[in-house]
Amino acid sequence: MSELYAYTLLVLVGFLPTEIWRMLGLVAARGIADESELFMWVRAVAIAVLAGVIAKILLFPPGTLASVPLVIRLAAIVCGFAAFVIVRRSVLAGVVAGEVVLTLGALAYGI
Amino acid sequence: MGQLRQPMSPPPPTEPPQCSAIAVFFAGFRAAWQSVLAYVVIGTYVGIGALTHDFGFGLGWAMASTALVWAGPAQVILVSALSAGAAPLETALAVGVSSARLLPMVISLLALIRRPQTSYRALILPAHLTVVTMWIESLRLLPKVPREARIPFANGVGLGFMAAAQAGTLIGFYLASSLPPLLTAGLLFLTPISFLISTTRNCRLMSDWLALAFGLVFGPLMAAWQVGLDLLWTGILGGSLAYGIHRLREALK
Repeated sequence: MSELYAYTLLVLVGFLPTEIWRMLGLVAARGIADESELFMWVRAVAIAVLAGVIAKILLFPPGTLASVPLVIRLAAIVCGFAAFVIVRRSVLAGVVAGEVVLTLGALAYGI
Repeated sequence: MGQLRQPMSPPPPTEPPQCSAIAVFFAGFRAAWQSVLAYVVIGTYVGIGALTHDFGFGLGWAMASTALVWAGPAQVILVSALSAGAAPLETALAVGVSSARLLPMVISLLALIRRPQTSYRALILPAHLTVVTMWIESLRLLPKVPREARIPFANGVGLGFMAAAQAGTLIGFYLASSLPPLLTAGLLFLTPISFLISTTRNCRLMSDWLALAFGLVFGPLMAAWQVGLDLLWTGILGGSLAYGIHRLREALK
């Protein structure tokens, strides 16, 4: 693959298909005020999409994460969430706890 | 934002709005780096940088991809599809489907930062910078920022996260071959754990909580049933249901 072709593909196949959603959002945002009912609905849609992304990564993980058994992935996310709730709603505590459980679980499993 | 001082000297006295915009921009930039998510972004992009290297792309290409595509899952699909020799049109469709999640995020972010007189041009950069991490932190922090300062603040948050992503891309690109699988599994796990926790932290209304719960259930179901554009349907169904229940409860009060 030549250098120029690689960059052309980056723009046509990577940048444009992603950017089109942002520009559609730019156009659609016209006339939506925050605190409006429409805004509340869009916000709920965005949160649901994000939750969908999270669940999909956990259940159908990419790359090397797939080699960690489902039980360990779920245990790690539950422990991370519990740490977040217990340690004064600290995101850092939650992320660290989740990663520790995942790593220990993976080590015990022999990865 | 009265407590913010212009860090550069000397401030041009004729353009006070300009210099306070720069100060607000840097306040946003700092806010990004004070967030755990900046370090999550570095970790995630170490993985993406390594992947891009392993699939035979150059460092310039990897960093251009982070700047232009600026969406982790889309970048992973792009490099893996292109190096597997997938047809460009097919790859573009897969990238486009994965990026559809950005649409509701851009709409809700822009609603928070625009004013009646704001031009489209001023919104292009914040729209381009919108990704999950930037959206989460902006939605949390923007309500405390005066409306006239929100665009430079959001740009600061977005570019702060992008700086973290570029650092991660660079590190990952050079470490690529020496990353053990245990570490890459841990890096890949950063996304779901940090997104789940920081979204939970942002939930205030009942519709937020319901949307989170419905999304967690519908996402895998839609994916398992192989519905096209599964994430967009998850969002529309889960979000509408959450919003509907919230409205119904308000009406019954």
